[in-house]
Amino acid sequence: MAHWRTAMLSYILRRLISALPTLFVVVTLSFFLIRLAPGGPFDLEQPLEAKVMENLNRIYKLDRPLIEQYWLYLSHLATGDFGPSFYARDFTVAELLSRGLPVSITIGGLALLLALAIGIVLGTIAAFRQNHAADYSVMVFATFGITIPTFVVAPVLQIVFGLMLAWLPVGGWNNGHVRNLVLPVVALALPQIAVVARMIRASMIEALRSNHIRTLRSQGLPRSTIALHALRGAMLPVVSYMGPAAAALLTGSVVIETIFGLPGVGRYFVEGALNRDYTLVMGTVVMVAVFVLIFNLIVDILYALLDPRVRYDT
Amino acid sequence: MSGAIAAPVTVSRSLWADARMRLFRNKAAVTSLFFLIFMGLLAIFGPMFSPHQYERVYTEYVRVPASLSAYPKPDQVAPAVERIAARIRAQIERQEIIGGSVRVTLVSPRAIDERNLAFFGRSDLFQGSNVIERADEGRKLVIDAPIRWRTFLFGTDGNGRDLFTRTLIAGRVSLAIGLLATGVALLIGVIYGATAGYLGGRIDTVMMRVVDILYALPFIFFVIMLVVFFGRNFILMFLAVGAIEWLDMARIVRGQTLSIKRQEYVQAAEALGVTSGGILKRHIIPNTLGPVVVYMTLLVPKVILLESFLSFLGLGVQEPMTSWGVLIADGARNIQNAEWLLFFPALFLVSTLFALNFFGDGLRDALDPKDR
Repeated sequence: MAHWRTAMLSYILRRLISALPTLFVVVTLSFFLIRLAPGGPFDLEQPLEAKVMENLNRIYKLDRPLIEQYWLYLSHLATGDFGPSFYARDFTVAELLSRGLPVSITIGGLALLLALAIGIVLGTIAAFRQNHAADYSVMVFATFGITIPTFVVAPVLQIVFGLMLAWLPVGGWNNGHVRNLVLPVVALALPQIAVVARMIRASMIEALRSNHIRTLRSQGLPRSTIALHALRGAMLPVVSYMGPAAAALLTGSVVIETIFGLPGVGRYFVEGALNRDYTLVMGTVVMVAVFVLIFNLIVDILYALLDPRVRYDT
Repeated sequence: MSGAIAAPVTVSRSLWADARMRLFRNKAAVTSLFFLIFMGLLAIFGPMFSPHQYERVYTEYVRVPASLSAYPKPDQVAPAVERIAARIRAQIERQEIIGGSVRVTLVSPRAIDERNLAFFGRSDLFQGSNVIERADEGRKLVIDAPIRWRTFLFGTDGNGRDLFTRTLIAGRVSLAIGLLATGVALLIGVIYGATAGYLGGRIDTVMMRVVDILYALPFIFFVIMLVVFFGRNFILMFLAVGAIEWLDMARIVRGQTLSIKRQEYVQAAEALGVTSGGILKRHIIPNTLGPVVVYMTLLVPKVILLESFLSFLGLGVQEPMTSWGVLIADGARNIQNAEWLLFFPALFLVSTLFALNFFGDGLRDALDPKDR
C-alpha cells in the first residue's frame, strides 16, 4: 500500500510537470490569436485623438514589438500577475477573476453535484428496469434534456417559477442567497443530468451482465448492494466525461450568467474577446486551461481508485 | 431415387445490408428518418410556396399571435380605417364590414382629395379602394375597400414579419450549417485520425499531442476568435467550426485504425507492396465508417445547437437572414408578451434534434453488433 501511495504521488507530480508545456502552448497560441485579430482595446465608436491613443498605447505598452509584449506577459504571468484589464479600467484581471470565480464555482459546483446525484439515480433505475415504462420515461426525459438548449429552458423557468408562480426571484446574485441559486443551478444541471443518466444507464446495463454481478445476484443479495457494486464499474465512463464537463461548469456559463444576471466569470470571455480586452481574455484562457488540466488529472486518479486494474507505475 | 438434394440457397448479407435491416426494424429510428426527410423538404421547398417573403415587413401586423384564421381580425379593421381617415384629414361618418370589404363614409369640411385614397392600397389590410358615391361636391365620399386577407400561421415577429416563413428559412440555414460543419469535421477528422493511427510511432504521438493541446483550449474562445477574424460571414465561420469539431472524430478514427491495421487483410496488402496512401484509402478508411457515421449523426445536432448558441450571443447569422438560434434568442427576449415567438422555432429545433438523436441511436444499435 505504501508503495502504491508513492507511485501515485510521483505520478501526480509528473503529470503536473508535463502539464506546464501544454499550458505554455495554450497561452502562446491564444496570445498571438487575439493579438492578430483586427481592432484594439481602445477603438471606440468615436475614435480617440491620436495623442490620447498614443499615450494609452504607451502606458499599456502596446506600442512595443509584439514579441517583447509576449515576453513581458509571460514573465508577469510566471509571477502570478495577470495584468490590468483594458476595458474595465481601474481593475486588474486578477481582481475581476477573484470576484467572479466564487459566483461561477458556486453555481457550477452545485449544478455538478445535482447532475451527478440525480443522473446516477435515474440511470440506475432505468438500467434495472430496462425496456419498461420507467426506463422509457427516463430516456425520453434525457433526450429532452440534451436537445432543449439552455437558453430555452432558462427563460421558461424564469416565467413559470419567477413570474407565474412567483416562488423564486427571476435573477440576480443577492450574495448567493439560496433562493437566487435554485433556478440557475437547475437550468445548468438539466442537460448534465440527461447526459449522466444516459451514460450510467448504458454502462450499468453492461455491468449488470458481467460475471461478478451475476455471482452477487445468484447469492440473493439485495438490489441496493448489487447496484452499488455494479455502479463502481459503471462510473468509469461518467468519470472521464465529467473531467472536462466539470471544468466547463465551474468556469461559468455565458448563457446562464447572461439570462439570470449573475456576476460570474463566464461572461468575461465573450466580453473580453469582443472588446479586445487582451489581458482579460488571456486571464480567462489561462483559468479555463488550468481547470481543464486539473480535472483531467483528477479523472485519472479517480480511475485508479475505481478500477484496480489501472496502475500508474511506469 | 434422385441423389440430388436441393441445397438451401443462402444469400450472404453484407455488413451494411445487415445494419439496414436492423435499422428498419427500429420504429423510433425509421420515424425519425421520415421526419428528418420531411423537415428537410419543408425547409428547402416550403418558403417557395409560402405566400409571404421571409424579410417582408407588415408594419400593421407587428407581433400578432399565431392564428389559423386569416388576418385582419374584425376588431383590427376599424382602427386601421381611423388611421387612414386621420391621414386623409376626414371624419368617419359610418363604417361597416360587408362581406369581404369595408364600406366607409368619409366627410370633411373641404373637398376630399381622392388621390389620398391611395393610403388604403398602401395599408397592409386593404387591397385598394373604390369610390361608390360622391356627395356635397366631394366633401362626402362613400368608399368600398376590399380587405386583403393574410394568414399568419405562426404569427409575426417584433418587426411584423411572418414567423412561419422565417422558421422555414431558418431551418434551411440551421440544417445547412449543421451538414456543412459536420462534413468539414468528417473530412479532417477521418484523414487526420487514420493517418495518425496507421503511421503510428512518433508521428502518432506528436499528432495526438496536438489534439490534446487543442482540447485544452477553451472551445468558445476559438469560435469567438473565428467570428472576430472572419466577420459575420457564416459560411466561412462554419467551415471553421467544422475545422474545430474534428477532434473527437480524429480520436475515434485513430482508435479504430489501430485495431484495423493489425488485421490480416491489411498485412496482406502491405506484403503485396501497396502504398500507405492506398491502404488508407482502400482498407482503413472504409472500415472505420461505422462509428464515424454514428458520430456524424450525433454531430449534426451538436453543431446546430452551437450555431444557435452563437446566435444567442449575437455572433451568428445576421439579419434579415435568420436561423433557429436567432429566432429562439429573439423569442426568449419576448417570452412575456409574445410566447409564440419562442414556441414555434423551439418546437422545430427541438423536434429536429430529437429526431437526429433517435436516428443516431438507432444507427449505432444497427451498426454495433455487440448489442444484438
